[in-house]
Amino acid sequence: MNTETKPDINIDRSVGDFRYDVDYAFDAGVGLTEKTIDYICDVKGDPDWVRKFRKEGYKKFLEKPMPTHWASKDLENIVFENIRYYLSQGQVPKRSWDDVPEDVKRTFERLGIPEQERKFLAGVEAQFDSEAAYSNIKEAVGKQGVIFVGSTEGLQKHPEIFKKWFGKVIPSGDNKFSALNSAVFSGGSFIYIPPGVKVSHPLQAYFRINAQNFGQFERTLIIADEGSEVTYMEGCTAPKFETATLHSAVVELVALKGAKIQYITVQNWSSNVFNLVTKRGLAHEDAEIKWIDCNIGSRLTMKYPGVVMKGRRARGEVISIALAGDGQHQDTGAKMVHAADETTSNIISKSISLGTGRSTYRGMVHIPKHLKKCKNNTECDALLINANSRTDTYPAITVRGQGHSVQHEASVSQINAEQIFYMQQRGLSEAAAMSLAVNGFVNDLVQQFPMEYSVELKRLIDLEMEGSVG
Amino acid sequence: MNTLSIRNLHASIGDKPILRGLNLDIPQGEVHAIMGKNGSGKSTLAKVMAGHPDYTVTSGDVLLNGQSILGMEPDVRARLGLFLAFQYPMEIPGVTIANFIRAAVQARLPEGEELEATEYYAKLYAKMDELSIPRAFTSRSVNEGFSGGEKKRCEVLQMAMLQPRYAVLDETDSGLDIDALKVVSSGVNALRGPEVGMLVITHYQRLLDYIVPDKVHVMAEGEIVLSGDKDLALKLEAEGYDWVTAKN
Ligand SMILES: Nc1ncnc2c1ncn2[C@@H]1O[C@H](COP(=O)(O)OP(=O)(O)OP(=O)(O)O)[C@@H](O)[C@H]1O
Ligand SMILES: [Mg+2]
Repeated sequence: MNTETKPDINIDRSVGDFRYDVDYAFDAGVGLTEKTIDYICDVKGDPDWVRKFRKEGYKKFLEKPMPTHWASKDLENIVFENIRYYLSQGQVPKRSWDDVPEDVKRTFERLGIPEQERKFLAGVEAQFDSEAAYSNIKEAVGKQGVIFVGSTEGLQKHPEIFKKWFGKVIPSGDNKFSALNSAVFSGGSFIYIPPGVKVSHPLQAYFRINAQNFGQFERTLIIADEGSEVTYMEGCTAPKFETATLHSAVVELVALKGAKIQYITVQNWSSNVFNLVTKRGLAHEDAEIKWIDCNIGSRLTMKYPGVVMKGRRARGEVISIALAGDGQHQDTGAKMVHAADETTSNIISKSISLGTGRSTYRGMVHIPKHLKKCKNNTECDALLINANSRTDTYPAITVRGQGHSVQHEASVSQINAEQIFYMQQRGLSEAAAMSLAVNGFVNDLVQQFPMEYSVELKRLIDLEMEGSVG
Repeated sequence: MNTLSIRNLHASIGDKPILRGLNLDIPQGEVHAIMGKNGSGKSTLAKVMAGHPDYTVTSGDVLLNGQSILGMEPDVRARLGLFLAFQYPMEIPGVTIANFIRAAVQARLPEGEELEATEYYAKLYAKMDELSIPRAFTSRSVNEGFSGGEKKRCEVLQMAMLQPRYAVLDETDSGLDIDALKVVSSGVNALRGPEVGMLVITHYQRLLDYIVPDKVHVMAEGEIVLSGDKDLALKLEAEGYDWVTAKN
């Protein structure tokens, strides 16, 4: 890892914690009714099938109970009537930063997005509250037939591909929050990579919540056609508000035969955000889907990226790092559904709990009886920093049938006072020593991040540790 | 003034007193050795000087060039120039030797000043060569999976990189084979000079053939009970400790 490079991506909270006033042309108001959904459909010019899909999603949302029988009771503190479900300035994302309205543009400039785009990205989408303000890909990438647009543009201009997969990997009724997203989704990315095309640089989306009491419900669909490859990265921030903000995304990935998708998230939400996200990928024969998920910040995050390995020899992987700061709860994990012979899944999860922070790992691995030669490896390690920090692990591994190989390892460790003393004896302050120990704990996973993100992640950990030591 | 002075030091762990009125002066430019039975309190002395949080100093003082360091955090003492080569060095998973030493060197620079990477690596490699540490060690996690001897060599490497004013070496010779003992001793000798005071804790006279001390002290039950020149070590080797304690 090259630590000389100045970080390019500003995702630390002190950087994200600012807000400019913005005039919204479209505001669905507070609360959610069928009228809210009609308003969103009208503003966006949704086709009838989408309106129908939304209304069905809304019905399921109302029917489904809060999952508090297994998840945190804190969910009850989300007051759906107080949330604003749609806010935008205009619906057409700009292709050039010059055309992005000044008040929105300066936010992204301050977050360093246009600069990163020039430096190392193949394409960028920048979402501000409900809609993308900017979306563009490098010409060379576009010429290969790669489509990278917002979800609205995707469903309007590419219905033949969009409709085929939309809502198929994650049905709207999968859970209460996927149903909510289905009802009010807006923004997110639609990506299609044609057969055999390997996109060498990452495509990036940046999600910014600017308004208070707001719910961001982006919807992302990525389809990698046969033998293609793509890396997608998402970053997220919000300023610190007094009241709760909701982020509830749905992300569906489809890797057709032999395709590879790598999806990287580095989220750094402020501590008032409920982050309840459903992410799942469908891997066909010989395809590979890898989720790299890094969760820092938020009040409560519930996120269990999954891979359904539908074709022979498909591979699924989840690499996740969660840092639960004081008063935060990171409830994360992975779902691996083996649905064909010789499929392989790998889960590596590392969590760090600081102060009264709590991290929970939930893993589900399912290998049914009729399959042959499936493999799963699960490793989850938790590091506790303070005496009142907390971690729980709920692995659910169901393996039936014979000839499978399944490994599961879990560990809980505490930062050891002797280690800290040793490092302090070398001249490092207590905070620097803790930071080094935490960075060391996640180091093997961070190595897998693109360099720009690994440098930034290290800096975020340093900031968290500085804050945690008196 | 340019002395590490330990004045009538009493320290305990819980309510168990371990150091009981210990006096010792190590001027810069001198090397002192401490020998003593297991459990006599040698490592305790080293850790109390370095500021280990488990020990309570009940009375007495430790002065670094005239300044009391007892109220200071361990890292502040370290940056003032006190170095401890641990008897049992800690493992730090995931943190490479190169990054660890680099962070320690960086911590000594004035605020805002960045360590120059090429210079740093040049120095690191030179010191590693002197201590016959293979290059591959730079990317290994600190002490993780190291043999006993490798850990000790790594302690001396850190000392060489940090160039302390006062160094306490707690049984740095334990676990070293004969060749390693020579290499490590020459590494330590390279650091000797008018600016550096050293306290070498050891059980073996043999080490003192390589690192020839100016003075040898015997510790028993938390006190220095006898001091002499290097010949004292030879006598201890031949006759053991009983005659020292009997005399008291
Ligand atoms: N954490 C502790 N709790 C209780 N007693 C302790 C603790 N640490 C040290 N002691 C006791 O203090 C005494 C001195 O220990 P110390 O490690 O300083 O001895 P030493 O002279 O370095 O011995 P050795 O030659 O074996 O390294 C011993 O009796 C030891 O058991
Ligand atoms: Mg000892």
